[in-house]
Amino acid sequence: MPAPLIEMRGITKSFGAVKANEAVDLSVAPGEILGLLGENGAGKTTLMNVLFGAYAPDAGEILIQGQQVRIASSADALAAGIGMVHQHFHLAPRLTVLENLLIGIPGKSGRIDRAGGLARLVEIGRQHGLTLDPDLPVSALSVGEQQRLEIVKALFRGAKLLILDEPTAVLAPSEVDGLFSALRSMAAQGLGIIFISHKLNEVRALTHRCTVLRHGRVAGRVDDPANTTSAAMAELMCGHEIVPPSRGPSTPGQAVLTLDGISTAKHAGTALRDISLAVRAGEILGVAGVSGNGQRALAEVISGVRAPDAGRMTIAGQNVSRFSPREVQALGLGRIPEDRMTTGLVTNLPLADSMVLPRIGSSTFSAKGLLKPDAIRAFAEEQIKAYDIRCPGPMTRAGALSGGNLQKALLARELAFDPKVLIVSQPTRGLDIGAARFIHEKFLDMRAKGCGIVVIGEDLEELLVLCDRIAVMYEGRIAGTLDSANATVARLGLLMTGAEGKA
Amino acid sequence: MFRLEVRPSTPAWFNLALPLLAIAATLVLCSGLIALAGAGVFESYGVMFTASLGDSYAITETLVRAAPMIFTGLAVAVAFRAKFWNIGAEGQLLAGAVASCFVGAIPMPGPLAMLSMAIAGAAAGAAVALVPATLRVKFKVDDVVSSLLLNSVIYYALMALIEGPWKDSFSGYPISPPIEDSANFPVLIEGTRLHLGVIVALIAAPLIWFLIVRTTLGFRIRVTGENPEAARYGGIHVERVLISTALLSGALAGLAGVGEVGGVHFQVMSDISPGYGYSGIVVAMLARLNPLGVVPAAVFLAAVMTGAEAMSRATGVPAFLSDVIQGTALLAMLVALLFTAYRIRRVGAVP
Ligand SMILES: Nc1ncnc2c1ncn2[C@@H]1O[C@H](COP(=O)(O)OP(=O)(O)OP(=O)(O)O)[C@@H](O)[C@H]1O
Ligand SMILES: [Mg+2]
Repeated sequence: MPAPLIEMRGITKSFGAVKANEAVDLSVAPGEILGLLGENGAGKTTLMNVLFGAYAPDAGEILIQGQQVRIASSADALAAGIGMVHQHFHLAPRLTVLENLLIGIPGKSGRIDRAGGLARLVEIGRQHGLTLDPDLPVSALSVGEQQRLEIVKALFRGAKLLILDEPTAVLAPSEVDGLFSALRSMAAQGLGIIFISHKLNEVRALTHRCTVLRHGRVAGRVDDPANTTSAAMAELMCGHEIVPPSRGPSTPGQAVLTLDGISTAKHAGTALRDISLAVRAGEILGVAGVSGNGQRALAEVISGVRAPDAGRMTIAGQNVSRFSPREVQALGLGRIPEDRMTTGLVTNLPLADSMVLPRIGSSTFSAKGLLKPDAIRAFAEEQIKAYDIRCPGPMTRAGALSGGNLQKALLARELAFDPKVLIVSQPTRGLDIGAARFIHEKFLDMRAKGCGIVVIGEDLEELLVLCDRIAVMYEGRIAGTLDSANATVARLGLLMTGAEGKA
Repeated sequence: MFRLEVRPSTPAWFNLALPLLAIAATLVLCSGLIALAGAGVFESYGVMFTASLGDSYAITETLVRAAPMIFTGLAVAVAFRAKFWNIGAEGQLLAGAVASCFVGAIPMPGPLAMLSMAIAGAAAGAAVALVPATLRVKFKVDDVVSSLLLNSVIYYALMALIEGPWKDSFSGYPISPPIEDSANFPVLIEGTRLHLGVIVALIAAPLIWFLIVRTTLGFRIRVTGENPEAARYGGIHVERVLISTALLSGALAGLAGVGEVGGVHFQVMSDISPGYGYSGIVVAMLARLNPLGVVPAAVFLAAVMTGAEAMSRATGVPAFLSDVIQGTALLAMLVALLFTAYRIRRVGAVP
């Protein structure tokens, strides 16, 4: 095995009382793709932030090609040949692809070297299949393309090690293949890659070796991921076996949510065209589709954030087409948004505030316009315990929680009030398999209690496990609806590409 | 080398330490100017201190000056919590002063007159603040610009009033007729100017604190300010919250004007506010938008203002130093605020 490109030894990093990393050792060889696994909050992102210079470790050392280095900022990290693609991208939306690439790069005699930059951009694109239009503004790029730009940016700055923090969480399944072939091509040229993901089949397909974190410590290593079962890896991560949930038969009752000929004007994203759907009590309806085919508008209409321009929507028999978010909530609609940070939580305020946000006006949390701080705190504490949300307490800033824990917090706040209808987008995006399993179980419990659930998602395997029926969206329409019993990934995939529903 | 590092959490004692640090830095920085003006630094600050806080009379004078800045500071703090950028407290104060002067000139029994003045002044301030808020909510007009520009509009409207219909036909001075004697706010300590409005201002601060921290409106204001998208999805009418915030903020600024008319000047003239509305921004920032912090912050600025006049008389340093201290304090506080999110770390270079 070649000498390591990067070595981290005994890294320890605490946030107050939370030990995010404890004596972690990790190394990557040139040309190696290292998987970094661990439950939500295990400390993966923190460890990578230490390597990238965003946090100073409390103890431990970092070696680059055998030389001990101090990385005190991301500028230092870049200079040392470390590039990182964060979960949230750091791009300037109004600037073009090329301009973003050249930010912070001194050209000859203070001028920006556009021609040189363009040549490198084209070359990197050709080498690894990472093509980008240099003149498009970043705001016009899809999420996948923005990610591609982040990778190209790192390569442009001469990265020898590339860190990718859950890169596939934001990608459509079809985009994942492209990313993987680019990463493989980069590794073949001797780049070291650290790849973080919760999707174990991806990890098995891509990585050469894995380091598994649990509660901030190294729980173990996997030397041959391709020949290790997902179950074995999951056990290493969680410390116990994970059994997939089983969806028993259900006897759906009356329709709790119906959409009849719902259309919206093109506003932002794809417009809805003549959507008719019905969800019955005790039923889970999946909405599959490549993202960008109107899922967002659908979720907004159902949550009352956007009024449809035509059509009729009912909840529990009542016409709610023009209801506000608060009014549909009052009728028993629960909602778990796709974008936890922007539409779900208030990152700068205590977690407890986010947990009671949608129901602050209810008599549980306030009376006559006065808050009930004790009730709010008690509720948050209760949910933190019930859902095993890992955080120092209800007064922690919500933004300090790891992604998975944020998702659990959102789920907790909606399920605590026994919604009649639940609309969920990408429910397990970014969750470790233990947490995903837990959330699936909660949905199945809700289903057994007679809740009608709409799950919008891209992960077909997840939808097949969870849903009774799956509707496929294509260009703002429902391309077809299949019973899970006779749906397969292949048939759904066909509908998702717009091939006419012969089902 | 030193670098800024993101801070995982902000310790609670920062709320107190940062403003104190900012004030200390301000005094150090401004001592250079005093020296430049040819006066002794310690002597000058000494005069400022005794003149503003040295004896009980000085303290009452400082409090009288602090009262309007407590109100404008609260107005700004409330608005900024919701990220409604109300730079218009000055205009709202003037509107409150004019409205209360109108009402105060109507003969009424004292308590009724004072109450009516307060209501009229608050309503006028609220009405003015409603303009930038409505423009923002309905037409996405930048509230910083619109609220700031409105200050000039109100100021010149006031000038037109006192140069025109209100002009004292006997003396020819551009001042409004005085309010009724019965409408003058009672003085609380004989021989001072400490009036009822000062007490109202001191009570308003904890009330506004309670509103922000303990009421659903306060909750909605905080959430809307921090993340309007999450607020909207969470069923909060963001526009309604912004409008309510603007009304509240404008009403508070209006009350600053009421206090000046009812407790200090008993009429309206062109220089009724030496920029109390703008000082409110400094006050709110020094207080870190905490209504309870507004009181000490306003008292500090008031002490600087009263002190600077005395210092100017005693040492010849121009009284404008008070404006410089205010501006420097704001800048120092903005720098200090950086340290709530970041900390300085000493680092070595990468080999
Ligand atoms: N800035 C911070 N302040 C306080 N605590 C933090 C901070 N960043 C992370 N933590 C805590 O450190 C622990 C590790 O978090 P980290 O984000 O590294 O987890 P992760 O393994 O990346 O999880 P996920 O898979 O959910 O992204 C968590 O308990 C988290 O709450
Ligand atoms: Mg993470």
